[in-house]
Amino acid sequence: MTHLVVVGASLAGLRAVEAARKAGHAGPITLVGEEIHLPYDRPPLSKDFLALTEDGADPERPFFREESHLVDDLGVELVLGLAATGLDTDRQVVQVGDREIAYDALVIATGARARAIPGSEHLSGVYPVRSLDDSVAVREALDAGARTVVIGAGFIGSEVASSAKKRGVDVTVVEALPTPLVRATGTAMGAAIASLHERNGTPLLCGSGVRSIEGDGAVERVVLEDGTELPCELVIVGIGVVPNTEWLEGSGVRVENGIVCDENLWTGVPGVYAAGDVASWHNPTLDRRQRMENWTAAAEQGAAAARNALDPENAKPYGTVPYFWSDWYDVRIQFVGAPESDEVRLVEGDPESTAAADRRWVALYREGDRLIGALTVNGQTEIMKYRVMIAKGASWDDALAHAAKRAELHAQKEAEKLAAASA
Amino acid sequence: MKVLVDFGKCTGLGICESLAPDFFEVNDDGDLILLKEDITDAELQEVEEAVAGCPTEALRIER
Repeated sequence: MTHLVVVGASLAGLRAVEAARKAGHAGPITLVGEEIHLPYDRPPLSKDFLALTEDGADPERPFFREESHLVDDLGVELVLGLAATGLDTDRQVVQVGDREIAYDALVIATGARARAIPGSEHLSGVYPVRSLDDSVAVREALDAGARTVVIGAGFIGSEVASSAKKRGVDVTVVEALPTPLVRATGTAMGAAIASLHERNGTPLLCGSGVRSIEGDGAVERVVLEDGTELPCELVIVGIGVVPNTEWLEGSGVRVENGIVCDENLWTGVPGVYAAGDVASWHNPTLDRRQRMENWTAAAEQGAAAARNALDPENAKPYGTVPYFWSDWYDVRIQFVGAPESDEVRLVEGDPESTAAADRRWVALYREGDRLIGALTVNGQTEIMKYRVMIAKGASWDDALAHAAKRAELHAQKEAEKLAAASA
Repeated sequence: MKVLVDFGKCTGLGICESLAPDFFEVNDDGDLILLKEDITDAELQEVEEAVAGCPTEALRIER
């Protein structure tokens, strides 16, 4: 019987084993995970999990499934607390600790790890927010009221800063680049979104990198390249991630900013597929190579990779309009599509204004004469309409016409609200 | 068949709306509106995708 081995026990790995059973796979399944924990959900780790609880109790840990569900109901052998250290694609075995696990079909979902700042390893109080253990430690520090410096004004760092601020903790965000979030959202919108920090009373220092993180055992201060010293007891490092591919060296699986896959999530090596943050695949919907670092891609790719690995002859391409969201303060930021574009146009709202009617921002991204991306801030009712349009290959002109109609409708509603309030 | 929403879990992320826009829409306040609940055989696949795509596991299908 075909033995499915899934390496990586986070969202993509979990969805892989669930999809395998749903597709009728009756053979053995082994799920290997480096962390000792059962699969858990990561988005809450930088948001709700860090919030103050009413009675100061620990919040519920966001595990997806009970162990009994995985082991008894799905018949999955769990190998947790051990990292895969090697892959032999000729003999079809994965090296895990002292053990060799033979596979017929393999899904690699080893994800990515947080980039670290060299020279701070010996200090306590310096954390990324990537794993459950990171988040538990950060929570404890925030409970103690630690003055906090967040290094990196990307989405994770900004979410943690906003969680700290909500608790009333003293927090500063520092960013080496002159404008944050450029890679994810483009220059104009990066600056607009970053302004949410200052609007909410969180200082944001851009344009100066970190010279050193200092302390005697525990962290005491962050020193910037321009000499600024920021005293603190907690440092959050949110400067991006690195795909976990080192263990594949010499395996014949091609790695180039993640595992290189075709549109079926196949690595080109018989039986070996990849999913989630570690996978760089050709996305047929947008016709480009992408490596995603978001929930939706991990979930969908995990399932798709397992189905294709188990039935390669009927493999189906996995295409999507990428989607991610981020929650800062009382604001939801959502992005669909791809940020690399020829033009970014703000079609609703005004990031300079503080009027209630301008709280919703909608920006559209153009590639050639096609709509390729959309960003909204407080635009939950708008964003998915653009996701559908991008999937259908909508033209830029159609997108602008749609946006104009929606903005008019929104303005009408706001005017009615104002009239009702003053009546 | 019917689709059911646990509004206690839903946070209005909207993935369901993009996969099955005849069933789901997030409103101005960011809350999910269930536009209809009865599912025909032809609609089952898109609703199943919406159920699987929900990050808060707020959706299920009652058969």
